[in-house]
Amino acid sequence: MSVIHAGRPTRPAPRGTEIASKVAVNGVLGLMALYTLIPLWWLLVSATKKSGYLYTGAPLWFSHFDLVANVRTVFSFEGGIFSTWLANSALYSLVGATVSTLLSAMAGYALTKFHFRGRESVFNVILASVLIPAPMFALPLFLLMAKLDLTDSYWSVLLPSCVSPFGVYLCRIFAAASVPDELLEAARLDGAGERRTFFRVGLPLMAPALVTVFLFQFVGIWNNYLLPSLMLNSSSLQPVTVGLVQWRSEFANGVPPLVPITGAFLSLIPLLLAFVSLQRFWRKGLTAGAVK
Amino acid sequence: MSSPSSARTASPPRSVPAVIPRVSPAGRPRRAGRRTALTASGFLAPFAVLFLTMMIAPIGYAIYESFFTVHRAGLFGGTQSTEFAGLSNYAAAFGDHDFIASIVRVVLLGCVQVPVMLGLALLLALLLDSRSARLRKSFRLAFFLPYALPGAIAAVMWSFLMAKSLSPFTGPLSHLGIDIDFLSPSWVPVSIGNMITWGWTGYNMLIIYSALQTIPAEVLEAAALDGCTGWRLAWAVKIPLVRPALVLTTVFSIIGTAQMYTEPAVLVGARVPGVSPKFSPIMNTTLGMDLGGQNLAAAESVVLALLTLVLSFGFLKYTQRKGAMA
Repeated sequence: MSVIHAGRPTRPAPRGTEIASKVAVNGVLGLMALYTLIPLWWLLVSATKKSGYLYTGAPLWFSHFDLVANVRTVFSFEGGIFSTWLANSALYSLVGATVSTLLSAMAGYALTKFHFRGRESVFNVILASVLIPAPMFALPLFLLMAKLDLTDSYWSVLLPSCVSPFGVYLCRIFAAASVPDELLEAARLDGAGERRTFFRVGLPLMAPALVTVFLFQFVGIWNNYLLPSLMLNSSSLQPVTVGLVQWRSEFANGVPPLVPITGAFLSLIPLLLAFVSLQRFWRKGLTAGAVK
Repeated sequence: MSSPSSARTASPPRSVPAVIPRVSPAGRPRRAGRRTALTASGFLAPFAVLFLTMMIAPIGYAIYESFFTVHRAGLFGGTQSTEFAGLSNYAAAFGDHDFIASIVRVVLLGCVQVPVMLGLALLLALLLDSRSARLRKSFRLAFFLPYALPGAIAAVMWSFLMAKSLSPFTGPLSHLGIDIDFLSPSWVPVSIGNMITWGWTGYNMLIIYSALQTIPAEVLEAAALDGCTGWRLAWAVKIPLVRPALVLTTVFSIIGTAQMYTEPAVLVGARVPGVSPKFSPIMNTTLGMDLGGQNLAAAESVVLALLTLVLSFGFLKYTQRKGAMA
């Protein structure tokens, strides 16, 4: 996303109105920034407060700093289930995103680089399913999984996470944009089989764009709540989103509020780190998609 | 619709390499259609198997289930028999007071929340796009940040932020003479609307902002020559030009409203008395599943999916027609 304002026409305006409009515009933007940031700031501040001091003092400023003890409480609470939840989230997201990215790359590659009858209809079916929101699939999926007795297992969350029609859609664009037909022909002439051509030529060329597909899917699975909350009953199988909601509901039964608050704060750290550090890939992939 | 088990055994992903034909080193690349199709299906098969079993088959199964009913006979419902029920499950769904009430509730909430959120997103995008804006990158990141949070975690956070004992907002408000319990029954819809607005305004703003960025400089130059600046420029030139982005975000928001689940479900989990466990249609239907009303739940999921499609595609078609007439 490039800012092209430098090229925008400017019209000389009276100095007074210019300053007034600057103040007004940035004032409104600043207010909105406060609205989005204050809740996160509150979460950070609250996570550091000593147990019992949450209800006293200024809610938006540090007092009785005790973050380390809070973190220890979270990780030891209910037999250390929190680290299991984090590991589950990582498992679902990593495996789901990896498998779905590979499958999407293969499908997207096939849909661009091979000309066969029915290609467009296959693609249209996939595209149509992108337009239907995922939760609409979750309810029928639960019915089916329940019928097959697969609910409350790793598979019930993992298998649906391995499919990403949106990933196929992106991969088709990426394959068309970044894999030249000439290179594939050359590889075939050199005697490489189709599988070898894909893994040695096609896949490496698509790799930068695949990071984007991986990212979208990873965040999508990590943030998902409906699917795992429907499928899983056992606490030990739950991802961190479902687990924290469970702690929040036990708050009414005496779980100290610091546990879900600090837990929520901790669970956001890997996500925010990934969000900021992978921004480059995010943008790179998006521009690659925009070229086509 | 093929049953999932047969689809799964038909082409296991492992057999993929076997069906990929090889071109002999000396031979020219073959263009034989059948061979290409075979190769392509080898690459497509692993995705296709999961796509069919995880997305298509469940929908087929739900539609199938929605036309049947389970009869329990004997003591404690010991023997079960499945019978074709025609449309009776659908009739039951439309007669399910809670189901209809949840749809009405969510539609009403959406009618207020979606315009507020999109109006805010449009305003922010226009302001960011204006000459007077400073710190554009920082503002953009700040607005977009809530989108990176899992909806469930954001809802847990807000459930504390709105609780009377913990909220940093109720105190200052009561100093001003305004006493609000954000989790009381009358305020709960507003609070849920706020949670969604907080999470999604930045995302929508980014879509609209990207569209604003693609407006050619000549257009704006011409408008400026005609003396069109500030609000008039935004109203008469920029907004009409980003109409497709506004349509897109509206459709996304309608779909989002129809599938509302996380925010009210977390509040129910948090034992907020003002939120019904059947607040949204999806909550109502999942509760029905847990209670064993599979066939009714299947019919309700089908109704819900169709309703979402009709609403979003209907809006799309409506704006297209209006755009053509204008």
